[in-house]
Amino acid sequence: MSAVTDLWHRVTGFFNQSKPARIGLIVVFVAFLYVLPNREFYEYLNIPGVWIPLYTTGNDMAFVLFTCTWTILLALGLNVVVGYAGLLDLGFFGFFAVGAYTVALMTSPESKLITEYNWFESPYPWLVTVPIAIALALLSGVLLGWPSLRVRGDYLAIVTLGFAEVIRIIAKNQDWILNGDRGIPQVGHPPGTWPDGTPIFQFDAKPYYWLALTMVIVAVFLIRNLVRSRVGRAWVAIREDEDAAELMGVPTFRFKLWAFAIGAAVGGISGSLWAGYNNFVNSATFSVENSILVLAAVLLGGAGNQAGAILGGFLVVYVPEWLRSVGDVFGWPKTVRVFDINLDVSPTSLRYAFFGVLLIVVMIFRPQGLWPNRRRAAEFKDRRQAVVVGEGVG
Amino acid sequence: MHFDDLVNGFPNLTTTGLTQGAIYALIALGYTLVYGVLRLINFAHSEVFMFGTFGAMWTWGWLGFGSTSGRPGLGTAIMLIALGLVVAAVVSGATAVVVELVAYRPLRRRNAPPLAFLITAIGASFVLMELMGAATGRIQFGMPPLLPSNPVINVGGWRITPLQLATFVVALVVMFALDTFVQKTRFGRGIRAVAQDANTAALMGVNKGKVIALVFLLGGLLAGVAAVFHNMKTGNTRFNVGFLIGLKAFAAAVLGGIGNLRGALVGGLLLGLVESYGSALFGSNWTNVIAFVVLVVLLMFRPTGLLGESLGRARA
Repeated sequence: MSAVTDLWHRVTGFFNQSKPARIGLIVVFVAFLYVLPNREFYEYLNIPGVWIPLYTTGNDMAFVLFTCTWTILLALGLNVVVGYAGLLDLGFFGFFAVGAYTVALMTSPESKLITEYNWFESPYPWLVTVPIAIALALLSGVLLGWPSLRVRGDYLAIVTLGFAEVIRIIAKNQDWILNGDRGIPQVGHPPGTWPDGTPIFQFDAKPYYWLALTMVIVAVFLIRNLVRSRVGRAWVAIREDEDAAELMGVPTFRFKLWAFAIGAAVGGISGSLWAGYNNFVNSATFSVENSILVLAAVLLGGAGNQAGAILGGFLVVYVPEWLRSVGDVFGWPKTVRVFDINLDVSPTSLRYAFFGVLLIVVMIFRPQGLWPNRRRAAEFKDRRQAVVVGEGVG
Repeated sequence: MHFDDLVNGFPNLTTTGLTQGAIYALIALGYTLVYGVLRLINFAHSEVFMFGTFGAMWTWGWLGFGSTSGRPGLGTAIMLIALGLVVAAVVSGATAVVVELVAYRPLRRRNAPPLAFLITAIGASFVLMELMGAATGRIQFGMPPLLPSNPVINVGGWRITPLQLATFVVALVVMFALDTFVQKTRFGRGIRAVAQDANTAALMGVNKGKVIALVFLLGGLLAGVAAVFHNMKTGNTRFNVGFLIGLKAFAAAVLGGIGNLRGALVGGLLLGLVESYGSALFGSNWTNVIAFVVLVVLLMFRPTGLLGESLGRARA
């Protein structure tokens, strides 16, 4: 065992010391991610010993990876709000919805903006609508933040939760433009054709995955630069002690608003990608469960660390899919009879319960997350050593 | 905007609003009690309520009263309601205490930050909801008809059904009992002491762990009472019934001033009325939007709610 840990320390030590080696490793890993959805490639990935494939049998691997990537984008956006600025946002899917609906309304020939209200004559191409979607998501972040960021902590959580629910109900009930529950079909795709003339972006998830992955890489670099600037330092100061930050001259309200807006913009990008692939948008996707799943991703991975957010986003989507595949391979039962009740035990049905347990366990035993930010982990360690009165021996 | 509907239906809207508000208030008390003592939004409380609805339904079903059976006589109905109240209160109370022991207590021992508590609460809520969903096949269940729907009081447009009367009277009695318990008994003094300053109370010999468990139990009992009346009012339940009503009950608690027992009553009734009038004005589709808009607007102008947040500082 010590030989293994020794080797691990040597490897990590090597990568910690040598920057070219680190960059090389990242390049190799990114290249690996780009070839991952090719069937010829991932078919051979499996856990040796017992033959367990790492690809998914329930859904197309490229589709699963695309779902992972847009969830990761959401997690990155939410990480800015929760991880860096320390603001608990329970309604992050609201911004995703804003992005998705903007793209859908402007690119679909069925959109009522075209067919009934003549705002414009023909649908816009997808690419043009993305900046508009980002801008509108950003604006909605500011509009939500302006009144609600005056309240703190738990109250903010409940106000954002209410916001997401209001967006969903509006999308469900609003018939004049958003078409209620019937939704908006025929959402546009990104441009581009293969050499033989067929469009690249249609119903195949693979190009969407590549596009989303590129977006993730861009977002990681932009957010990383932001976090290392004055803005990022202000966010961390607000997270650690808002009153102290204010007294030291940080305009806390303005920076909290910035965190909200930037997080919302990233959420909007995710929504516009999803709308393009899914080709159909209605209110059913924007449930509060999904907002909480994204939050679970951020906290599970490690809030305040982008690598952690990416890991978390990947895990919350991939693990249930993979468990389902393993279940298929080993013949996991779909239902079990307990006391005359048919328990539905398929991994996809139990995944929210599973994540609930995981959240509780992680919060008790590893509140800093799986891949934490170093400073945040130190804060947690300090707290844990403080004396607690009246709780017995911990 | 339908002002005519509001004016013509005013008596009816008021009574339905107050009934719904009484249910909100009962659930809101659970949020307020826990928040007052632990400064924690107990998200799992909505699931505690949901377990109560199923507890009552299964009891009635076990006694042979399902959604398809006929209406029993008045004596039987009252017996069934009383039994349902007891069972639902026990089920909800037990669920709440289990959540406290399994999820929150280990966090307190480790002196976890407030955010960790909130996340754990969300996790506990998911576990309870999804387990019930898996166990019941995620379908909706109907309730047996228990009380007759013809009004008992009918004066100049004010018609009050037996269910509305029962809900309101029972809710008021229960809340009065709770208020007395918290203000007059030794346990109540312990609760107020821990709410005021948990560590000092512990040093003065108050058993903090017991008080916290008691607070969860009380909240659960009240949620169970609310669950039975919710069952009879809506006539159905399902595994995610708690989510929206829990959210609104929390909004009611915040509206009145969270941590303040009388505030929960005021907030619950107010929210019920606002929703009822609002749905007449804007259409019933928008009921839930109205509730949240009212909450956000109120928080902007009065961040601690109408009566202010205080359980520890409540006047004895």
